[in-house]
Amino acid sequence: MTNAIRLGLCGALIAVLALAPMWATLGQLRNLVELLTLLTLAQMWNLLAGYAGLVSIGQQAYIGIGAYAFFALGDKGGVQPYLAVLLAGLAAAAISLPSAALVFRLRAGYFAIGTWVVAEVFHLLVLNTNWLGGGAGVSILFVSDIERRTRSFVTYWMALGLGLGAVALAFVMLRSRVGLALTAIRDNEDGAEGIGVDVLRAKVGVYVAAAFGCGLAGAITYLSLLRIQPDAAFTVNWTAFMIFIVVIGGLGTLEGPIIGTVIFYALQQQFSSYGVWYVVALGVVAIAIAVWVPQGIWGWIAQRFDVSLFPLRRHYRAAPIRQDEAVESPAA
Amino acid sequence: MTWVNTVIQGILLGGLYALFAAGLSLVFGVMRVVNLAHGDLSVLAAFLSLLLVEHAGMAPLLTLVIVVPVMFAVGYVLQAGIINFALRTELAPLLATFGLAIVLQNVLQEAFSADSRGLDAGSLETSSIRIGDHIGIGWFPLLTFVTSVLVLLALHLLLTRTQLGRALRATSDDQRTALLIGIDNRRIYSLAMGISLATVAIAGVFLAIRTTFSPSIGSARLIFGFEAVIIGGLGSLWGTLAGGIVLGVAQAVGAQIDAGWGVLTGHLVFLAVLALRPNGLFPRTATA
Repeated sequence: MTNAIRLGLCGALIAVLALAPMWATLGQLRNLVELLTLLTLAQMWNLLAGYAGLVSIGQQAYIGIGAYAFFALGDKGGVQPYLAVLLAGLAAAAISLPSAALVFRLRAGYFAIGTWVVAEVFHLLVLNTNWLGGGAGVSILFVSDIERRTRSFVTYWMALGLGLGAVALAFVMLRSRVGLALTAIRDNEDGAEGIGVDVLRAKVGVYVAAAFGCGLAGAITYLSLLRIQPDAAFTVNWTAFMIFIVVIGGLGTLEGPIIGTVIFYALQQQFSSYGVWYVVALGVVAIAIAVWVPQGIWGWIAQRFDVSLFPLRRHYRAAPIRQDEAVESPAA
Repeated sequence: MTWVNTVIQGILLGGLYALFAAGLSLVFGVMRVVNLAHGDLSVLAAFLSLLLVEHAGMAPLLTLVIVVPVMFAVGYVLQAGIINFALRTELAPLLATFGLAIVLQNVLQEAFSADSRGLDAGSLETSSIRIGDHIGIGWFPLLTFVTSVLVLLALHLLLTRTQLGRALRATSDDQRTALLIGIDNRRIYSLAMGISLATVAIAGVFLAIRTTFSPSIGSARLIFGFEAVIIGGLGSLWGTLAGGIVLGVAQAVGAQIDAGWGVLTGHLVFLAVLALRPNGLFPRTATA
């Protein structure tokens, strides 16, 4: 695919999505909001685990913090709803810094459980805080004076902006110096350190960025749902979904989370009437892929057919291949 | 005097946390894998025990005779059939065991509903030794603590005194050299996972008698075991016991102050240790 075709397809897709309020029902818009927030969460987790080597199973902390910060800013503080979403994301990012100082003392598997403990601490703090509704949860009332259709449209556009923003952020980040550092860390952490990459700084940067994205996703999710329950906002299932999506789609690729999100969402819509069995099935598939096809569906496709949707790789081997083609390829 | 009582209860509970922790750190020590399904596997053991109590009419503690070997086999098969294939990267075993945790939790919930269940050990659960007017030590918590210490001791002896223990430690210290001297590391890994799940089965059944359990409780068990490991300091079984006791006392004291603060106090003590003494309170350099 040439860049022009790529850009054209991207532009067309974005235009169709941006005009969704014209062709979709309010119910479909709400589903799309869910899909786009899932995409965002998956992209954030992919940056963490796929590039920075940080297996966090505590990202629900920042979803919950984003949700409750959104509630507190709007319902208690009288902040304008759409500004409150942005501030909620910033709040999650701000809180992730001191958390990072603690969990970054742990490595690999112990880091994973450490992030889970941090998420549980925030969960329990909210449960014990009457001002935030305690265990019963809270309703988001301050958005009720906005007309319902307007609210749905704006919520959808925010989710769309967030989803596209997450993909764009990952894309721009991975094409920059930071991305080169992250890719180096992904491939060999000690080697990266050896050639002068500031590994710790890169990792903390990704952790904070992921918290920001998860915080925004949390705020937008509950702007759409309008009722926050602490057990749902801080459930580890959020992270389980992120992991299943990324692992199935393709860890450490930009396309993987997109494909994974679509697969996940389609299965969820199709099989949610069978209760939790779709989660079990996804879990089994994710285990099998993590163990036997670690590059995931997209990684496998990309390897086999040598394609990529996003121009991220540097093609060093261009010259010798052209020579071969000139001699051998009948198509040339 | 209430406080003395609280601390005693915390110490007794801490033994059980150390037992959860010991299985976790055994597997980590031998193959550098953190088994994120550890807690959910303990819940699986509790449900196995519940099945035997309900359908075969066995006494809860007697079910250990069946549950422990079954969980050993589950561990061996899990390692030999799945995790051994995931050891090429640091990431894959984490993802696989996390996936397993979520799968187990949801399957148990489908099979047994999300309700809280309990194992009833009869008068053993309610009788206690009274010391003065205010202190009562329950027979069952005491039995739990003594069992935990005995299992830890048995693990310690296994690691230090037996052929298998030497192979486990050799693999832990230097896998390649262990291979050179004829130790089949995959078989060692499978045995280690089996032993780990045998200990977690004991812990799971005792905790199921002590409190209620439900399919969703597994992650909390994993977290308590992990906190005991880190508070105690990596690599020492007795440090882990001390870490479990610190955690148990913190939870008991927190719950005494406010019923909602028990678990949270434990987490905060863990985070304080992580911030101030990241190598744990009782560190040792060698790995167990």
